[in-house]
Amino acid sequence: MAKAIDQALWPEGVERCSLTKFLLWLVVPALLMLWGLVAAGVVFWYGLGMTGLNNYFAFGLYITFDLAVIALGAGAFFTGLLRYILKIEALVPIVNLTVIVGFFCYSGAMLILTMELGQPLRSWFGFWHPNVHSMLTEVIFCISVYLSVLIIEYIPLVFEQKQLNKVPFLHHLAHNMHVVMPLFAGIGAFLSTFHQGSLGGMYGVMFARPFAYREGFFIWPWTFFLFVLSAVASGPCFTVLICTAIEKISGKRMVEYRVKSLMGKIAGTMLCIYLFFKFLDTWAWIDSILPAAGNSFDQMFNGLVYGKWLMFTELIVCGVIPAIMLVIPSVRKRESMLIIASLLNCVGVSLNRYIITVQALAVPVMPFDSWQVYVPAWTEWAPSFMVLAYGVIVISLSYRYLPVFPQERKLNYK
Amino acid sequence: MSVQREFHTKWGMVIDLDKCTGCGACMVACQVENNIAPTPDASDMTRVLTWMLVYKLENKQKFPNYDVAYLPRPCMQCENPSCVPVCPVVATTKDEEGGIVSQIYPRCIGCRYCMAACPYHVRYFNWFDPQWPAGMEKTLTPFSSTRPRGVVEKCHFCHHRFMAAKEKARATGGEPMKLAEDAYIPACVEACPTGALIFGNLKDPTHQVAKLSHSKNAKRLLERLGGKPQVYYMSKRQWVLDMLDNDLGDGSHGGVTGGGNHG
Ligand code: SF4
Ligand code: SF4
Repeated sequence: MAKAIDQALWPEGVERCSLTKFLLWLVVPALLMLWGLVAAGVVFWYGLGMTGLNNYFAFGLYITFDLAVIALGAGAFFTGLLRYILKIEALVPIVNLTVIVGFFCYSGAMLILTMELGQPLRSWFGFWHPNVHSMLTEVIFCISVYLSVLIIEYIPLVFEQKQLNKVPFLHHLAHNMHVVMPLFAGIGAFLSTFHQGSLGGMYGVMFARPFAYREGFFIWPWTFFLFVLSAVASGPCFTVLICTAIEKISGKRMVEYRVKSLMGKIAGTMLCIYLFFKFLDTWAWIDSILPAAGNSFDQMFNGLVYGKWLMFTELIVCGVIPAIMLVIPSVRKRESMLIIASLLNCVGVSLNRYIITVQALAVPVMPFDSWQVYVPAWTEWAPSFMVLAYGVIVISLSYRYLPVFPQERKLNYK
Repeated sequence: MSVQREFHTKWGMVIDLDKCTGCGACMVACQVENNIAPTPDASDMTRVLTWMLVYKLENKQKFPNYDVAYLPRPCMQCENPSCVPVCPVVATTKDEEGGIVSQIYPRCIGCRYCMAACPYHVRYFNWFDPQWPAGMEKTLTPFSSTRPRGVVEKCHFCHHRFMAAKEKARATGGEPMKLAEDAYIPACVEACPTGALIFGNLKDPTHQVAKLSHSKNAKRLLERLGGKPQVYYMSKRQWVLDMLDNDLGDGSHGGVTGGGNHG
């Protein structure tokens, strides 16, 4: 086989496809990115009037997508926590991937967040004039700082690229960064827990929106804790899905199956804990918050787009079912089942973010108000696809040129 | 820490729903007074800016029992505003004597969190830069700033009139912190032909609103949610009063929700 021209850049002792094939693979994501950039340009130039948002739906697809991506990216901090702080060595083969996934999820979300602001040039006001009472201030702080932590966690991996690693300075830097990584994993876990929580808290504190409002512990509404739990329950599943996608596309195994199965087990356990509290929370909401606000459960749903089926799909089909599948070892050990359960779990958390964002605003609060329907515009879809495409590009480049999977050689080249 | 604050003066409004004819004069007066640009597509009701909006209420009965009421809705200037604690950059606050919830346009980053938090839909986003048809810019008043796109705006009880009234009091040797009832009134109140809108200091027993707000026919919008509006609605018709708050209709009075202030 003819040598690929970029072979010298590949990680030590692995095979990759030809550069042409690789570039062809990147064409579709690149086009999607371009489309997203056009949409971003349109929104920045003409304003948020170009989206489907309106005075009823102050939040829409952008925020839903942000919340979902950030929850799915939680694999990074949670796996990092388990690996570096709790020293679960079995996760070593997958921890690099979780960092990359976290990095693209968070940087992508930040990109959308700037579009989300009516005055993006003032985004630094969050640091300059912070309102300590606002959950959003917490989010702004933690997300920006956590993205820096993710970059710090990603850098040693980049420096371990075969050619870069020959530079003594970079080599030593990468090595020394590895030594302090538990510290960053700790900071990352702290920051991430807080902003995952604050994102949930953002909705829970809206006491005049009975759909979203929750009581809670001290200053934190229950949604604060539910968001953290659901994120750590779905993050590992998202990493497993990406890992499996890489394996299917490259035709090679990247990690031993038991690593994925362990991730599934962790996710399943967390999902059970989450669901326990989520059901309690839902019950308390129906039983106390809603009647106190003079509302009934039925009033919170309407027609097809805002029907009860959404909630049941979220809690049962994408909650209880994957939870059972993931905690039963014999089911989890079958790859197809693990994939199905992971998919359901990830859909479930995304659905939850959609419901709490859009449905919360669609429900009329004033007795004489009416239901509104929100339809995202192309300027909202395109940036969302852009982030996904951006993720494909980041992961593809990392996989091709960086030593992401320590087990790849052993598992594929004897 | 709670965001709720007590003030010596608490500007408030009492709106007599039995007097309101739904003519919309208050809406027009507000638009003109506060430099609100006409929206190019005013038929899109989810995008227009109407700091003061008149809702039509119906009792859903058949003729001859059919009845309507019109409900003008400014910002409620809530005592416990849901919009204030959520703003990440302190662009909206309730810290001035008088208890009016302010909105600082140059500070607002346009995150629209306050819009999501306010259940009364009184907060409006500038989706595009405002444009006045040629010649109409001559109608702009110098007392109210215009707003760029990307920021949120809302009714502030014509705050500039409050400032002017205080200045006038100072200049004429009056007491700026103890304004007479008619020294300061918002444009909508001034324009209302039926006198359905009454304005004043809810804490000053000599002001009409103080008395009216305690009438047995007075009620606030969505009392159960705990925002404690400084705007009261009055009606002698029970169905109208019933329309002001959510009620499960089973006689249960769930009471006020927590009104939790984060932070
Ligand atoms: S009515 Fe809405 S905008 Fe006005 S003070 Fe109350 S919560 Fe804030
Ligand atoms: S839109 Fe403006 S006023 Fe409203 S919460 Fe955001 S920054 Fe504050």
